[in-house]
Amino acid sequence: MSTATHADVTRRDFLYIATGAVGAVGVALTAWPFISQMNPDASVKALASIEFDLAPIAEGQEVTIKWRGNPVIIRNRTAKEIEAAKAVPLTDLKDPIARSAVAKDGAPATDENRTVAGHEQFLVMMGVCTHLGCVPQGDNPLKEFAVVEGSLKVGGWFCPCHGSHYDTAGRIRKGPAPENLAVPPYSFLSDSKIKIG
Amino acid sequence: MAGHSSYTPKTAIEKWLHERLPIVAFAKDHALDFPTPKNLNYWWTFGGILAVMLVVQIITGIVLVMHYTPHVDMAFNSVEQIMRDVNYGWLIRYMHANGASMFFIAVYIHMFRGMYYGSYKAPREVLWILGVVIYLIMMATAFMGYVLPWGQMSFWGAKVITNLFSAIPFFGDAITTWLWGGYAVDNPTLNRFFSLHYLLPFVLAAVIGLHLWALHVPGNNNPTGVSVKSGQDTVPFHPYYTMKDAFAIAVFFLFFAFWIFYQPNYLGHAINYEPANPLVTPAHIVPEWYYLPFYAILRAIPSKLGGVIAMFGSILILFVLPWLDTSKVRSGTYRPIFKGFFWIFAIVCVALGYLGSKPPEGAYVIWGRILTAYYFAHFIVILPLLGLLESPKPLPASISDAVLSKKSKKLAPAE
Amino acid sequence: MKKLASLATAGLLLALAPLAAFAAEGQKEAKHISFAHEGPFGTFDRQQLQRGYKVYKEVCSTCHSMRFVAFRNLAEGGIFTEEQVKALAASVSVKDASTESGERPGLPADHFPSPFATEDDAKNANGGAVPPDLSLITKARPGWYGTFNQLVNGIGGPQYVYSVLTGYETAPAELAAEAPAGKHYNPYFGSGHWIGMAAPLTPGRVVYDDKPEGYEATVDEMAKDVSAFLSWTAEPKMEERKQLGFMVMIYLAVFSILLYLVKKKIWADQH
Repeated sequence: MSTATHADVTRRDFLYIATGAVGAVGVALTAWPFISQMNPDASVKALASIEFDLAPIAEGQEVTIKWRGNPVIIRNRTAKEIEAAKAVPLTDLKDPIARSAVAKDGAPATDENRTVAGHEQFLVMMGVCTHLGCVPQGDNPLKEFAVVEGSLKVGGWFCPCHGSHYDTAGRIRKGPAPENLAVPPYSFLSDSKIKIG
Repeated sequence: MAGHSSYTPKTAIEKWLHERLPIVAFAKDHALDFPTPKNLNYWWTFGGILAVMLVVQIITGIVLVMHYTPHVDMAFNSVEQIMRDVNYGWLIRYMHANGASMFFIAVYIHMFRGMYYGSYKAPREVLWILGVVIYLIMMATAFMGYVLPWGQMSFWGAKVITNLFSAIPFFGDAITTWLWGGYAVDNPTLNRFFSLHYLLPFVLAAVIGLHLWALHVPGNNNPTGVSVKSGQDTVPFHPYYTMKDAFAIAVFFLFFAFWIFYQPNYLGHAINYEPANPLVTPAHIVPEWYYLPFYAILRAIPSKLGGVIAMFGSILILFVLPWLDTSKVRSGTYRPIFKGFFWIFAIVCVALGYLGSKPPEGAYVIWGRILTAYYFAHFIVILPLLGLLESPKPLPASISDAVLSKKSKKLAPAE
Repeated sequence: MKKLASLATAGLLLALAPLAAFAAEGQKEAKHISFAHEGPFGTFDRQQLQRGYKVYKEVCSTCHSMRFVAFRNLAEGGIFTEEQVKALAASVSVKDASTESGERPGLPADHFPSPFATEDDAKNANGGAVPPDLSLITKARPGWYGTFNQLVNGIGGPQYVYSVLTGYETAPAELAAEAPAGKHYNPYFGSGHWIGMAAPLTPGRVVYDDKPEGYEATVDEMAKDVSAFLSWTAEPKMEERKQLGFMVMIYLAVFSILLYLVKKKIWADQH
């Protein structure tokens, strides 16, 4: 090594750096499969979007289905419920943003922005309370923001965990939850069939 | 061995740490500067290869456990889920399954290297014994791992091997029942094998720590078997051997990659792609290739208990190898007769492996018995006698001498 | 040292030798036909897989399950489009306790339905022998044996399936006398000459969609197509594996050469 010339040293350094770089790239590429394996696998992804038939849901009824591991509430609202939801001035709302994947990001929390035009009777939203993730309940006598129909209060949701109240458009009105119930991305394949996700 | 540490902490924070935990000095003395004989050949790289393979097995294994379900009804399905749905699951499972075979190829080369160059002789007996312990843990780990996919060979392999313990007089049946957690290989067996398969690699890592400790007390043996006499004989481990090992590891991975990507099922059994069925035995139950020599020894003895004793004896005898070999000369290079017997022994081991894969009938049985007898004779008769009868070739004065004379021999024709 | 190296290499190769399993009693070696997916660069022939799927669906699936394959896999494997897969899945009915009728039309995420509800049903309907699940059959059944043979040619799984499907013969006179009731003679069958399954394919049994009208598919064609399809079901990630493998091998070769040069440079002052 004592006889190494300057050119020798440069060539040697280049070799070391090149080898180190190739090794580093190899390690980085090898890491990917080991990281990627923790992402949802193909069988989970296959269920990432589901189709659902709305026809069996009569007016004033709701169903809860599972989508991506979480409950989705689908309600066929009565005219009164829609009317009540539309009547609320935006200034009364605790969360004025729609939180809706069927409207533009940051759109105001009007009833129109939380449903799909032409299908206003259907309210599709995540059954996950924005407070700490419990499932809000439908027909619960405690609902302050439901609609009185005869002797029953219908529509609106109440979270039993910490007492959050949601109105007939699924908007937070009272209680600890910070945001309106999220509306997942969905579209109407036909008048009675939706695709969620 | 390294003597006084060459590490002197410079900054205040280095000093602070050094006084409390001299880990940097330890790493420098044992991983970087460790004086290593300068004449180690490529057979010595398999120690490093084994260390890397253990890491590969542990990492891929931990990942597989994220997706595997240890239950008789779901184990096979979850493995198929890994193969079909999990992102890169096929790659990780094939790495793990073929990695086991690669691990054994490397360990066998490592062991035969130790036998050829007398690496088990004083002062390295404890190093060798720890190596045999590592080998035993490896065998247990690999066996239990093969059971986990719960295919036909998993199930029947588990049944046959655990039944070996029933040969033990008086307590045999109680012991097998205890091993199974039932009256046959079933869900409790699968669950405990899974638990132990996950545990043992970490035990392995700990014993390897001891193995390295025992290595760093006397330092490496070398192809001449002559002890290190001066600093002239050694080079620092880094960069000389880190780079040599790195090259060998890369070439070994090339070999490993061939199996993973182009022959991923060759080293396993086709029938293990059929789910376990306790009511139907496959036509031929054969263990994985790395157990075959011992399987041949097991079947060579006509009595059940005798076979089991011979099989375990054939491994346990390695523990006393340092005292069976009476020769004072370490390296086989300088023992002309030993060299011949070493290769005969190596061929006998391979031949036993071949017989282990054959059905126990006709000439296979006769050959199995002859070779089993030879296997034991090598340790009990040949090695003790050779040391007394053989006259070894003159040893070089030092490692440096050996290296120089080899170099001049190489240059001679050119001059 | 060279001698040592070559001997050790020979030893290693020999050590791999015992891997050869042995043929089951009297199994005839499978016919040596070749498939598009074989070899280090082989890929599946999509047209062939489409035809093979049709043969499986119309013939095999009446008795054999395929529980590890989902309809969506057909799209993932590029055999059918998403739309076609949706239609294929919807054409079967799937058990689903959450629906009123307990059944619903299949979805792409559903696995292929099994022909029998329980293993006992399968046994009773097939003379006491459960027709094996076909998902992994080409990986579980060797067509031939021999350590070196299998290393070079693979285990011959699809060839085994092909040979069994095309291998029905009249039993030789000396064996015919001992023919078990309800069994058929097939020298390629893995466990003995007598197979419970009657020859499933007859000329024109399946109408191929990619052939002109009136085309009569031969038994040979159908057997070959379904064998190719079963190779795909057993190892759907095979193409991905070989492609990644090629890149990994090249990378490791380059990296090995670089490391060798580094090692040589470092040792230059010692030699």
